[in-house]
Amino acid sequence: MNIIEVRDLYKIYNEKLLPVNAINGINVNFETGEFTTIVGPSGSGKTTFLNILGGLDEPSRGDVIIDKVCINQLSESKKTDFRMKNIGFVFQSYNLIPVFTALENVEFIMQLQGQSKTERTSRAKELLIAVGLGDRLSSRPSELSGGQQQRVAVARALASRPKFILADEPTANLDSKSTENLLDIMEKLNEEEHVTFIFSTHDQRVVNKAKRVITIEDGRVVSDVRK
Amino acid sequence: MILTFAWRNLWRNKLRSVVIIAAFAVGIFAGIFFFAFTNGMVNSRVNAVIGTEMSHIQLHKTGFLENDQFSLRIKNVDRLLPQIKKLPEVKAVTDRMIVNSMIANHETGLGVQITGIDPVNEIQVTDLHSRIVEGKYIGKTDSDAVIISKRLAKRLKTKLGDEITITVQNNKNEIVERQFQITGMYETENMLFDDANIFARKVDLANLTGISGNEAHEVAVLLQNNQSTEAVTTELIKEFPDLEVKNWLQLSPESGALVGAMNEYTYIFTIIILLALSFGIVNTMLMVIMERVHEIGMLMAIGMKRLKVFLMIMAETVFLAVTGGIIGTLSGWLVSAYFGRAGINLYFWKEAFGEMGFSSMIYPTVDTTVIINNAILVFIAGLIASLYPAWKAVRLKPVDAIHTV
Repeated sequence: MNIIEVRDLYKIYNEKLLPVNAINGINVNFETGEFTTIVGPSGSGKTTFLNILGGLDEPSRGDVIIDKVCINQLSESKKTDFRMKNIGFVFQSYNLIPVFTALENVEFIMQLQGQSKTERTSRAKELLIAVGLGDRLSSRPSELSGGQQQRVAVARALASRPKFILADEPTANLDSKSTENLLDIMEKLNEEEHVTFIFSTHDQRVVNKAKRVITIEDGRVVSDVRK
Repeated sequence: MILTFAWRNLWRNKLRSVVIIAAFAVGIFAGIFFFAFTNGMVNSRVNAVIGTEMSHIQLHKTGFLENDQFSLRIKNVDRLLPQIKKLPEVKAVTDRMIVNSMIANHETGLGVQITGIDPVNEIQVTDLHSRIVEGKYIGKTDSDAVIISKRLAKRLKTKLGDEITITVQNNKNEIVERQFQITGMYETENMLFDDANIFARKVDLANLTGISGNEAHEVAVLLQNNQSTEAVTTELIKEFPDLEVKNWLQLSPESGALVGAMNEYTYIFTIIILLALSFGIVNTMLMVIMERVHEIGMLMAIGMKRLKVFLMIMAETVFLAVTGGIIGTLSGWLVSAYFGRAGINLYFWKEAFGEMGFSSMIYPTVDTTVIINNAILVFIAGLIASLYPAWKAVRLKPVDAIHTV
């Protein structure tokens, strides 16, 4: 079942003065439970594409339909709400809240959703245990390694029970051991919980794990391979 | 969680937060102490006006206040005094004769106002008896005794026990004089008052001027408290329509104006301090926003609504202001309360203060209303100071912010 439908997508920067086509007519669908990586050289449009998929950026033309909702037609406020309920984000630089513990970081988004304290604490603990950080619940980000912080970020992304997770170069700042560890966790979540992951990456190790590899060049999909 | 988040964010850069909180605390401390100090000064002046110089309310024959005419006397004071005394708000009442006179000794002569008092009733209305610094207060039977101020004695080059000649105009417009003995010397903070006023028994003055003891130029009324001044004034005006009834605020408008002006100055002073401090807070919060662009972008990306981001920045700013405000208020309160008991002796300005009618010993007085108003002002200042940084924060686009290094 398609969870995301991308139709005739264009993103042109400086449209009036000096147009730069970052996305140049992408048509692609993503199915529930897929483990997809988007690859391509720097400047190919991967990050722009991911930003548009996540409702963070507006396309110049075309539509992104997530679970039958055309997100580029939503107001800013509704889009924020939609992101909170439907999309999990994992960023390259972890982006945890430094003044919160690992547990509070994971709980935060559930609190934004209005979940009760008991419910969110229980789920946050469950997720942190799942990513192997059951013993670091009370640690603040500054007390965690890069790999551990990224695992907290994955737990946070999963906390709101999103329809899919967008991860922009999630392993770029990690050493090989942490990368391997993180990918194992994501793979496991994908296989056992059917969590849908969409990555943008340069990392061959991520590409090797992926079940689908989409290559973008000059804002166009040049290959779409399912393993 | 937004409040927890905001509070913890405050301590991410401890030094910066402590500096701005300290600035706020010092500013608020200064505001509160300045108010308590001026309030203490004004209160001492008001207490002197009421307790020594005028009492709360005075009654005169219409026109007396304008031209001090000897003939403008209140008749039948023996019936009038009990009538006033029966009002529940009235603590004490007394009648006085007021005559412009010349006083002289073998050295020199001066023009003064001589007030004829009932020594027993006067004690209940004014604190003249407690202002005696040499000799004693006039006794009920001390005939032809006079109390003059120490300053006046110095000017007359006279001393306790000396005799002075008092010259007045009697009820037949004749000039009459009599020797009075200086039995006491008083001193108040108001040098102008000291220079112009001497006191003798009313009965002696009545004898000298040939008027009945049942007449008076002035009836002075002391109330149980200052708050009932206006109400009792209105009541007495109604009850004695043929007399001129005026309270201390009307008799000494400069004192009333002083109270109002000092209050206004204090609020203006506080608002200026808060305004200056608010700019400091705005600057700090703008730095905070700049440092956290990436994080704010992430928060909006994962679903934190702009309103919540706005409220979070607002809460951080208000926390800074309110924390400083609480510390400043408490310290201002405590220090003012301490000096309210111990007093601040500005003896080196005694002359200057005395010429303005103020005591050089200041007892700062903290007013709860001012504390509450200050707290409200601090909160408002925090809220206003938060608007621009919070607005800057919510204007960030998540897509740009998360890619900001």
